Order: sequence, then C-alpha cells, then structure tokens
Amino acid sequence: MTAGNTCSVPLVPVVMPSTAIAVALIGLLVGIAHGFALPGAAVGAAIGAVLAFMLVRYVPDRRAGSLIATGLFTFLGFAVSGLTGLVLGAIVGLTLGWFVYWLARGTYRRNLPTYASPVHVLSHNAFRAFCGAVLFFLIAPILTIMPLSFNAQDFFTFTPEMLDFVAAGYSLKHYRDFFGNPDWQQALRNSVQIAPVATLLSVSFGTLAAIGLSQSDVPYRRTIMAVLISPMIVPLIISAAGMYFFYSRIGLQGTYLGVVLSHAALGIPFVIITVTATLVGFDRSLTRAAAIMGAGPMRVFFRVQMPLILPGVISGGLFAFITSFDEVVVVLFVGSVGQKTLPWQMFIGLREQISPTILAVATILVAVSIVLLTTVELLRRRSERLRGITPG
Amino acid sequence: MPNLAADGSALKRRLRKAERARKMRALALVAPLLVFVLVTFIAPIADMLFRSVENQIVSETLPRTVVALDDWDHRSGRAPDEDVFAALYVDLYEARAFKVHTRLASRLNYERNGMASLFRKTGRKIARMDTGRYAQAFKDLDAAWADPGAWNALMSDPHSAALLPETSSAWSSWRRVVSHRGDALAETEPDDVVFVTLYRDLQSNGERIATAVGPQSERLKTAAQAAAQMEPLSLRDQFLGIEDGWGDTGIWGTIAAFSDPYTAGYFLAAVDLQYTAEGVQGQPESQRIYILLFERTLILSLVITLTCVLLGYPVAYLLSNLPLRISNLLLILVLLPFWTSLLVRTSAWKVLLQQQGVINDLLVWSGLVADDERWAMINNQTGTIIAMTHILLPFMILPLYSVMKTIPGAYARAARSLGANEWTVFRRVYFPQTVPGIGAGCILVFILAIGYYITPELVGGTTGTFISNRIAYHISSSLNWGLAAALGSILLVVVVVLYWVYDKIVGIDNVKVG
Repeated sequence: MTAGNTCSVPLVPVVMPSTAIAVALIGLLVGIAHGFALPGAAVGAAIGAVLAFMLVRYVPDRRAGSLIATGLFTFLGFAVSGLTGLVLGAIVGLTLGWFVYWLARGTYRRNLPTYASPVHVLSHNAFRAFCGAVLFFLIAPILTIMPLSFNAQDFFTFTPEMLDFVAAGYSLKHYRDFFGNPDWQQALRNSVQIAPVATLLSVSFGTLAAIGLSQSDVPYRRTIMAVLISPMIVPLIISAAGMYFFYSRIGLQGTYLGVVLSHAALGIPFVIITVTATLVGFDRSLTRAAAIMGAGPMRVFFRVQMPLILPGVISGGLFAFITSFDEVVVVLFVGSVGQKTLPWQMFIGLREQISPTILAVATILVAVSIVLLTTVELLRRRSERLRGITPG
Repeated sequence: MPNLAADGSALKRRLRKAERARKMRALALVAPLLVFVLVTFIAPIADMLFRSVENQIVSETLPRTVVALDDWDHRSGRAPDEDVFAALYVDLYEARAFKVHTRLASRLNYERNGMASLFRKTGRKIARMDTGRYAQAFKDLDAAWADPGAWNALMSDPHSAALLPETSSAWSSWRRVVSHRGDALAETEPDDVVFVTLYRDLQSNGERIATAVGPQSERLKTAAQAAAQMEPLSLRDQFLGIEDGWGDTGIWGTIAAFSDPYTAGYFLAAVDLQYTAEGVQGQPESQRIYILLFERTLILSLVITLTCVLLGYPVAYLLSNLPLRISNLLLILVLLPFWTSLLVRTSAWKVLLQQQGVINDLLVWSGLVADDERWAMINNQTGTIIAMTHILLPFMILPLYSVMKTIPGAYARAARSLGANEWTVFRRVYFPQTVPGIGAGCILVFILAIGYYITPELVGGTTGTFISNRIAYHISSSLNWGLAAALGSILLVVVVVLYWVYDKIVGIDNVKVG
C-alpha cells in the first residue's frame, strides 16, 4: 500500500527509538550473560538507532536491507560468543531487518482500514502478537525435543557442546539404543501387532453401522448414536477400570485379544463420526441408479458407494489407528507385560528410569504423526472435491 | 374400496411392510457394532457400577455368623453371645480350609483398621483351640461316633438332621473341606467342629430329642443324656483367648454393618464418610482425602478450561479471519500437536519444565533467575496446568474455529455502518454468535480434563494429581476395587451429565474430529 514511499512513518521520532530500544534489550541480555549489563544496553541502543537510520534512508530495497542487518548481527554474534552467537545473531538480524521495514513502511497497518485509530492499530498488532505466542506455545515443545534427541550426553537439556554446534555434542546413540534395545523393540512389535488389528475391527464394524445409521428414520437413532460414541466421552481411566474388572471375569485380562477388543471399542467413535460426516454429502440417487441398472446390493456397495466414501473411511481408520497406537491407560490395565506397547514403555521410562531414548522415540512418533496428518488432510480435500465442495 | 397394489393386496399394508423391511435392514447393519460395543465397552462399565455396591464376600464367607448376628444389638454395648461365636467358629473353620478368610480380612480392613490382623491371627490359631474335649467324650461314650459310616447314616436321616440343624450345617461344611483336601469321605473321622455343634444341638434340642421316634433316635437320646453331664466349653472365651479384639463391639458392628450383599460403604468412603454400627459418620480427619481430590480435580479442570478459552479464542478468531492459504498453514500448528502422541507431549513438558530443564536453563543463562533459585514448575499444580492446557488447547481451538468460520462478516459490517465501535461490534454482535462454539469447546475440554490420568501422573507430583490417579492406585496398588469402582462411578455420573448438556448444545451428530 505504501510501497511507493521510502518512509511513511517518521524516522527520527518513531522508527529509530523503537529499533534502539529493541536492540538495547538484546544488548542488555548479552551484557548480563557476559558481565557488562549497562554498557551492553547502551551499545545496543546505539547500534539500533544507526542501523534503523541507515537502512531506511539509504537502502530502499527490503531484501538488501534485511541481508545487511543479518550480516551485521551474524558477525557481531560470532565475535561475542562463537558459533552459538553466529546462529542467534543471524536470527536476531533477520528479525530486526524485518522489524525496521515493517515499522518504517507502515506494514503493520496493512489489514486495517485507513481510518483506524492508533489504539485500534496497537490492539490489532498486540492481538496478532498474542496469537503468535499461543501458536508458539503449541508447537515449541514438540520442536524442542527433536534436537534434544540427538544429544550425545544422557541429559534432558542442551549441553554446552550442543549450543556450540560441536559435532561431538551430537550423536545417534539414543536412536541406536531404541533400535538395539530388546525392550523397546518388543514394545514396537506389540504396538504394530495391536493397532492394525484393532483398526480393522473398528473400521469394518463402524463403516457398516455408519451406513445403517445414515439411512432415514432408523429407530432409536439418538440412543444408538449415544452408545456408539460413548467410548470417546467416558474418561479413559473409567473405561480402563471397567474393562479391567470385566475382562478379568471373562478371562480376557492380560491377553492379546483383550487389548485388541478394548482398543477397537475406543476407536469406533472416530470411525462412526468421520464416515457419517462423509455420508451426509453422499448422493443416494447414485446407488439407486446402480440398482436400477441391475447391480446387486453387494455390487452397489463395493463398486459405487465404497469408492465414494473411501476417503472418509480411511481417515476414520487413521483416527482409530492413532487412538490405539497412542493409547496407554487402557493397555496399562487390560494388558499384561506380554502386551507392553510403545506408549506403555514410554510411560514407564518417564516415571522410573528416565532415559533420553524416550526423546528419540518421541521424535520418531512425531514424524509418524506428521505423515498421518498429511494423509488425513489430503484425504479430506479429496473427499470434499469428490462431493463438489471446494476444499477449505 | 381401498387402493390395491398390483397383486390385489391392500397398498397401505404393502407399503408399511416395505417400510418395516427397510428399517430392519438399517438396524441389521448397525446391529453387529452395537453388540460389539455392548460387550466390549458397555458391559465393563456396567460391571464397574455393579462392583461399586457389591459386597457378597461377607455373607458368603460368614453365612452363619451373619444370620446369628441378626439378633444381636450393638447398642447393648456387649459383644455377642455364645451362639454367634459358635457360628463364627464353623464359618472360620470352612473359610480357613479354603483360604478365603484372608480375602475377607482385607475387605473388612478397608472399613476398619485392625480387622485384617484379627482374622489372620484367628485363622492361624483356630485349629489349636481347645475344642477336642467333646469329640473325646462322645467317642468314649460310643465308638460309633468315630465311625464316618455311622455319621453318614445319622446325617442322611431327615428326622435326625432336623433335630440337629447346626450339626448338619457343620457336617456339610466338613464334607466340602474333606473333598477339597482330596481325602476319602468314608475313611475320615469328623473334625472337632462337628462334635462342637453336635453338643450344642443336643443341649438346645434336648426335649425334642427325648420324645423323638425313628431309627437313629435311641442313639441321640443316649448322647443327649451324656451331653447334659459334660463340662461346657465357652467358644467365646476361646476366641477372646486368641485375640482380645473379639470382645470389641466395634468389630462386630462392622461385620453386622457389612453383612448385606450390597453396600453403600464404597460410595460413603468415596466421599470421606464411613459406615459404622452407629450409622454414617465422617472418616477420621487424617483419612479424608477424596473430597479434597474431587475438589482439586474440578478446580484444576476449570482453570485449564478457562486458560484454554483465553488462549484459544483469539487464535480461532485469527484463523477464521485470515485468507484460507495462510490459515491452512497456521492450522497445521494446531493440528500437529493434536495428532502427536499424548506421551510425546507430556515428555516434552517434562524436559522443558524440570529444574535442570530447558526453560530453567534459559532463565538462568539470561540472568533473570539465580542458579540456586531455579523455578519449580513440575511435579506440582503448575506442571499439571501448563502441560494439560497445551494438550487440550487444540480441542478448544478446533470447535471454536469451525463455528467462527460459518459466521458471516455482514453482521459486523452492518453494526459498524450503524455507528458501533470495534468493542461494541465484538461484544454485541460477534461474540454472541460464537457462544455455541465456546460452550462446545469448554464442555469438551472439561470432560477430557476431569478424567485425565497420564499427564497428572507424570508431571503432577503430589499436589497436582487428579481423582483418576487415586482410582488407578486403588486398582493396581491397594487392590480396593470396590472403592475404585465407586470413585469411578461418581466421576462417570459427572461426565454423563456434562455429555447430556453437550448433546443439548451441540448434538452428538455434530461432534467433529480433525
């Protein structure tokens, strides 16, 4: 909007002081760490003011400006504290470069009407910053454990070697431990043996039932739905307690079958919900047309209905799979040592002999979730495309 | 003249039949899953509810004592009389042989401390009680009393069995014990227990025996006359000799209070009350923990729900107002945690929050916190709140987002054009339209929060644990399954009520995942 002007916001009274304050704060932090707090802040303020002035006045190209700021701070960071400083400096420089132009060019008002008052502008940006902080809160823990899983030490925190980016600070030993340790391998085998079978059970029963429920005027529809959804609503500890009591009565406690059945029950609501949602958009005249042309009920189901609702069935199945694969409370009670799954092993690891191998496993599981999430998203879009809804 | 179908039958009936067939077909598709869920899920829940009131162990292990105690009044302040002790003697004789008295001991110990050791000690010493004197006296009187065959003849005669009710009951106990041991019935001499009850029957039914007729009556008359001369033996004294506790009316009050096959005792214990002979009373101050735990579970869940709304509402608003390309990208930041294993996220928080963890290291490095004053953010309520807010936040954002996406922008624009400022637009126009989403998200998060087990267990320490942790403790460590079931049932009722509310607000059909 304001790309034509070099500067839509007053440079000396606004942009320079703001940048100076920002860099002064960084200088203060660096100063505290190295024992020269106040001088650090003063130097920071000076650098900030000069940088802002130079960039806005003499570097109209935004990319070039950012590059200059990044280069400057990378150099400064490296000078102060080596490789760690280099990386941090690069991040700071990139952010500052963006900040100066964001402020100077009035980009911060971009999505606001021209008549917006300063209070409005401020609250708008504060709101965005808050949302950014919440999203950071959501994703940061998951991102933090990834580098930590390559720790060469048995620590749960970044060692000085890791921060200095010394190769000796990193290793694959926790991954080697995961793939070499019989406990973890047995747990992985158990998980892989339980989850698919439970998924198969929930998907086959669930899809049939969802098709039945989608027909008009099914008697007691609400009650049946409530019963079928209940495993998702009842707290896991209650399900686990009930299953433990009941399965020990009928001899299923501590057996593979018991764990599979309980996990299948927990996965069913997800299949019902996703498949029912897919069926809402399903055009019934297609099955009728197929029937008129002489296809039997089985043929109609497998050749006409199934291909169309398949995306919903698969994402329901993935939900059921992840439910079983991640489940720990029920298996803790219904299973015995012979059915120890990956989450169970992690739970023990976290509670008793805390070992960084858990972080390696966690990183692998995050990778698995990314794959599953991508698949589900792609399926959802395909399903919406098939049903003629524009992907959202 | 009714409308007729092609084959001449009434059209209306044919239509109804077709309609019914369609319904049945739909039901037939649902039936397998319904049966599956009923067996694998609903039956276990029903079993848990049943276990929370079931109490058959007392009346099954001490059937005679329970009956005899009916006549005893604990308000008399005196321990029960000889009849009750005689019944207890026979009951414990059989219970000990089948080794079920220890289970009963553990059960009653939940209600009153000291019961376990009382029963165990008595069980160990009951065989050494000085009860052999009657057996000896009867055998001296007539050698046939030592003969299993003669006993069998006596007890299988209905007339004499009617005259000797306690003996025939003890006799059947003895037979069960003998066959349990694997001994031959015809060759084993009856135990003391049978002679003790025989003496008691002969004494109390002396007059009826004197006038009785029948094949065994002569033998009984002789025995009754001899019994009248025998020196009586007090079982009460014998029991008191083993353990003074048997003279305590409190012990007997507890047995009497829990003699019904169903009990409210577990539910009372779950709300820090107990069932004593004097009626319902509060637990001793030091043992009251469940009300506190329920309160803590509710308060922490409320705090977590509130934090989720405060953090989730702005994000959902932002996502629903950004261009699709960007919002889909940002949505990944919400969906990735949602799809990531609960344990992965909990372990991440453990790593971040602990004393030597990443956040504390960062604080110390930046000089904000001294090295010896590292914050305690884990193994307390703070840890539980932070980790659970993170885990449940997607469950708040996603329903809010799906509601906000459907709110047309025209209303807000109309309000603005009518002169409302931004705050009024939000408060009077936008916010009311998002209330269903807030309701849905809050109930969902709250329901999930109050039943959480894993995260409080791992990051909650002692002050940040929930009622679920106590349930798990009672199932796997203290083995007090009845109390676990009662605590679970209370939690279940809370959840079902909330579920019902959720259904009213959102409708079960509209639950969305992902």
